[in-house]
Amino acid sequence: MSKPKLAVYWAASCGGCDIAILDIEEKILDVADFFDVVFWPCAFDFKYDDVRRMADKEITLTLFNGSIRNTENYEIAKLLREKSVVLCAFGSCASEGCIPGLANLHDRQSIFEYVYKDSPSVDNEQDVVPQSRTPVEEGVLTIPEMWDTVHTLGQVVDVDYMIPGCPPQSDQIIAVVSTIIDILKNGKELPPKGSILGATDKSCCDECSRKRDVKKIKKFVRPFEIIPDPDICLMEQGIICMGPATRAGCGAKCVSAGVPCRGCYGKTSNVRDQGAKMATAIASVIDSIDPDEIQAIVDSIPDLIGTCYRFSLPDSMLRRVQV
Amino acid sequence: MSFEPKIIGFLCNWCSYTGADLAGTARMKYPANLRAIRVMCSGRIEAGFILDAFRNGADAVLICGCHIGDCHYSEGNHKCLRRLPVIKKLVEQFGIDPERVRLEWVSASEGDRFRKIVTEYTEQIRKLGPLTLRDLDFEPPPEVEHDEVKPKEEVCHV
Repeated sequence: MSKPKLAVYWAASCGGCDIAILDIEEKILDVADFFDVVFWPCAFDFKYDDVRRMADKEITLTLFNGSIRNTENYEIAKLLREKSVVLCAFGSCASEGCIPGLANLHDRQSIFEYVYKDSPSVDNEQDVVPQSRTPVEEGVLTIPEMWDTVHTLGQVVDVDYMIPGCPPQSDQIIAVVSTIIDILKNGKELPPKGSILGATDKSCCDECSRKRDVKKIKKFVRPFEIIPDPDICLMEQGIICMGPATRAGCGAKCVSAGVPCRGCYGKTSNVRDQGAKMATAIASVIDSIDPDEIQAIVDSIPDLIGTCYRFSLPDSMLRRVQV
Repeated sequence: MSFEPKIIGFLCNWCSYTGADLAGTARMKYPANLRAIRVMCSGRIEAGFILDAFRNGADAVLICGCHIGDCHYSEGNHKCLRRLPVIKKLVEQFGIDPERVRLEWVSASEGDRFRKIVTEYTEQIRKLGPLTLRDLDFEPPPEVEHDEVKPKEEVCHV
C-alpha cells in the first residue's frame, strides 16, 4: 500500500512555520517514514505543475501556512484545496492573518509608495515599482498581483482544521502530527471539521504562572519603559498583555520570559473578534471615573490596533482599516 | 431619495429604555432612524458590539445609560464611561469617524431629552453620510489568462 501523501505550503508568511515543522527534531523522521512528502517548497524541489498533475484528493494532509495576499497565494490555495483530503491552516498567518495582515492598515498603493519610494533607505530615482504585467519583445511577462487586502486561508477556501500560533510550538506540532499519524494508521475517526488542533480553549492567563490580583491602571507603559516584577501579572504593572484575549496552548512562554503576550494563538472559540475583546479588557482596568483622566490614560496607548490586532486584523469583524 | 441613516441604539433597561418608553407614551415624535436594542446595563456594551453593528450596516451607534451615580448596579455605567474613549480610539484607527459612536446619559424621566438627542444625532449622521466599508467579504478576483511567452529562437541551452 502506498504511503499517505503530505504537502506543506507557504503563502504570505515568513518561513517560520516551516522551520517550526523541522524543529520537531527526531520526530520529523516519523513524519518522513509515515508520509510521502509530495510538495514542500521550503524543503524539497517540487513544482506547481507536479501538484496540478495529481488527482483530486490525492494528498491526504496539507499543512498550509501563510495568509492570502496575492493571486499566486490564492491560486495555490484553491489548487491544494482541490487536491487535499484534509486542509489544515497551519500557524497564525493562515488562521488569522498574523503580521502580514497588518498590511490591512494600508492599501497596496501606499505600501508600494513607502517600500519602493519613500523609505529612507531606498534610492529609486526612476520610480521603478513592480508591475504585474510587463510587455517585452517576446510577449507579456507576468508576476502575481498583490491585493489591497490580506485574507486568511479560511476566508478564501474551505479549511478543515486550524493549528494556531506564530509559529505553532514544536511540542504542539509533535502532539498534532502524532495524533494524525495514529488516526490514519489505525483507521480512527478524524476530529470534527473546524476543530482547533494543538491548543486549548482557555485563555493564555490560564497557563500563566504570575500572581493575579486587582488590576487598576493609571498609566499604560510599554515593556521597555519599566523593569517588570517577575512574579506579578504584567497587566497589573501597566503593560498591555494580550493574555486575557488569547487562546492557551503555547505554555505562556512569552510571559514567563517577562515579555507580554502578543496574542499569536488567536481568539478562543467563544470570541468573534480578538482585538475588540482586548480593547474592552483594556478599558476595564482603567482606574478612574473622570472623563479627562480616562482619556489621558487611553492616550498613553500608542497604537491600539497594532496592539490588539497584531495577529488578527484580517480575521477581525471589520477586516481592514478604511483608507 | 435622501439618505436615511441607520442608527443602532443600545439603551440600558433601567433608565434610558424607560426614558425612550416615556417619549413613546407621551407621543413625542422623533426620527424612526434609531433601532433600539435593550441591554440590562450600559456596562454590558463591548467594543465588539459597536464593530458588529458597523459590519452589519449601521451608520452610527448611540449608547444611552443611567446618569453617573444613578446606575441600577451602582457602577455599571462607570465601565461604559471607561470603554467609550477606547472604543472611539479603535473606531477612529479603523478609519471610521468617531462621531459615529456617541454616549449619552438619559434617565427614566427624560423622555424629552431622549427625543432631542435622537433627533439631533440623526441629523448629524445624515450630514456625515452613509458609512461604507470595503472588503468585508472576500470576493474572488476575475480569472486572468496567462499569456504564453515565446522564447526567442536562438536560446542558449546549458
